[in-house]
Amino acid sequence: MVKRDLIIVGAGPAGLSAAKIALEAGLSVTIIERSPMLGGQLTKQTHKFFGSKEEYAKTRGIDIAKILISELDNYKDKIEILQEATVVGMYKDYVLTIYQGNKYFKLEAKAIIIATGASEKVLAFENNDLPGIYGAGAVQTLMNLYGVLPGQEVVMVGSGNIGLIVSYQMIQAGVKVKALLEAAPTIGGYLVHAAKLVRLGVPIITKTTVKKAFGKEKLEKIQTVKLDDHWEYIDGTEAEITCDALCISVGLSPLHQLLSMAEIEMIYVNELGGLIPKKNSNYETSMPHVYACGDVTGIEEASSAMVEGKIAGLMAAAGLGNPHPNHKQLEKQFKDQLMNLRQGPCGVKIRQGLEKAGEAI
Amino acid sequence: MRIEKHPILSFEKKKKIHFTFNGKDLVGYEGDTIAAALHDNGIMHYSNSIVKHRPRGFYCAIGNCGSCNMTVDGVSNVKTCITPLKDGMTVLSEKDEVTIHG
Repeated sequence: MVKRDLIIVGAGPAGLSAAKIALEAGLSVTIIERSPMLGGQLTKQTHKFFGSKEEYAKTRGIDIAKILISELDNYKDKIEILQEATVVGMYKDYVLTIYQGNKYFKLEAKAIIIATGASEKVLAFENNDLPGIYGAGAVQTLMNLYGVLPGQEVVMVGSGNIGLIVSYQMIQAGVKVKALLEAAPTIGGYLVHAAKLVRLGVPIITKTTVKKAFGKEKLEKIQTVKLDDHWEYIDGTEAEITCDALCISVGLSPLHQLLSMAEIEMIYVNELGGLIPKKNSNYETSMPHVYACGDVTGIEEASSAMVEGKIAGLMAAAGLGNPHPNHKQLEKQFKDQLMNLRQGPCGVKIRQGLEKAGEAI
Repeated sequence: MRIEKHPILSFEKKKKIHFTFNGKDLVGYEGDTIAAALHDNGIMHYSNSIVKHRPRGFYCAIGNCGSCNMTVDGVSNVKTCITPLKDGMTVLSEKDEVTIHG
C-alpha cells in the first residue's frame, strides 16, 4: 500500500484550509470528498459572511469556496483530490477504506485530518418522514446549487441563523415562506436576518412547533401547536398551515463516525452539537497524527472552521517533521483569530461547550 | 420547477440530459444530481422505509441520511442527492427489500 503524507477527509471550509497550509509546509496532500464538488457547505451559501477580513467578511460563501479552491492550484504536483469518494472506514493503523465508483480500496497515511463537517438534525413529530420535509440546508443546496425550487409554499422550523438565512434565500428564489416557527420564546439567530424576513411579511411565530404532518405520498399540510414554559404542548392551541414543503432547521450534529470507528476518545457536549473528539489545543485527537477541525469538532460557523483547518494543517505538518516556515507566527495568528471569533454574546454557547470539553480558549 | 429569476445567482439553461425513472422518460440538465433532476420533474418519492414501506424523499442532500437511496443502472443504494445525472441513466425507486445472505 502506498503511504500518503497527509489525507484530509472532507473538502469543505476546514478541509480546504488545512490543505493549503499543509501544502505550503511542503507536505503531499490527498483530499477525499464525498460530493462531486469541492467547497462543502460554502458552495450554496449566497449570503455575505460576517467576521473580519481574514475570514473573508463581506464575501459570499460561494465566492469563498472559489478562493479556497483556487489557492490549491499552485500545488498541482503535490495534491491528489478524490471526488465522489466516500471514506467508509478508518482504522487504528492509519488505513482508510474508500468507496468510489462502486469499488472499495484502501489508502494508508502518515497523518490524517478529519474535516467531515456535520449533518442536519431531525425533529420528532408524527409523519416527519414524508417527502417534502427537508433539512433547511438540503433546500439551500437544491435551490442555490441546482436552481430547483423546493416547493411553492414553505414553512420553516427553527429561527437560528440557518433557518433565517435559508428563509430569506427561498424568498429570493421566488418561494412563498408562509411562516417561521420557533419553539423557544425568542429568535435564535441574528436579529438583522430576522428583521429582513419581518419586513417581507413572514410571520415569525415563537413558542410554537410542528405537531403533525399530513399527506399521502408527499406533504400537504402541517399542524402546529403552542408550547408552554416547559416545552410541553398546550392542548387546544393546534392550528393548520397548508404547505408543500417544510424545512427543518433545528441544529446540526457533528459527523463523528470515522473518529468513533478508530476508537478515538470522544465526549458528548450538548452545546457543541453532540459527540465530538477530545483534542488538544493543536487540534490533535487522542490518536497521534490524527487531527479534527471544523464542525466535526463542534458546531460553529464556517469562519471558525477555516481557521481551525489552518491550525490542523499547520500542526499536521509540524508533527511529521515538516514545520511550515512561519510556523510560530502563524500558530499565534490563527489561535488569536479563533479567540476573537468566539468572543461576544454570540460565542457564549461555544465557549461554554469548549469549557465542558476541557478545552481552554 | 426551476428558479426563473434570482438576484444573486444566474442559472443559464444547460445541456439537456435524458434519463428514465421507473421506465418513464424524463429530462434533466447537465450539472444536476439525480435527486435534483427528479425533484424538478415533480418526483419526490424516492425510496420506501424497510418495515412499514412508508414513502421517503431526500432529507439532507449531502449524502448522509440515505433517504434518497435509489437503484441506478442496476446498482442499488445509490445516494442520488450527490450522484451526478448522466445521459441514458436508468433510475428506479429503491425496492423495500432486505436480503440476508449466508
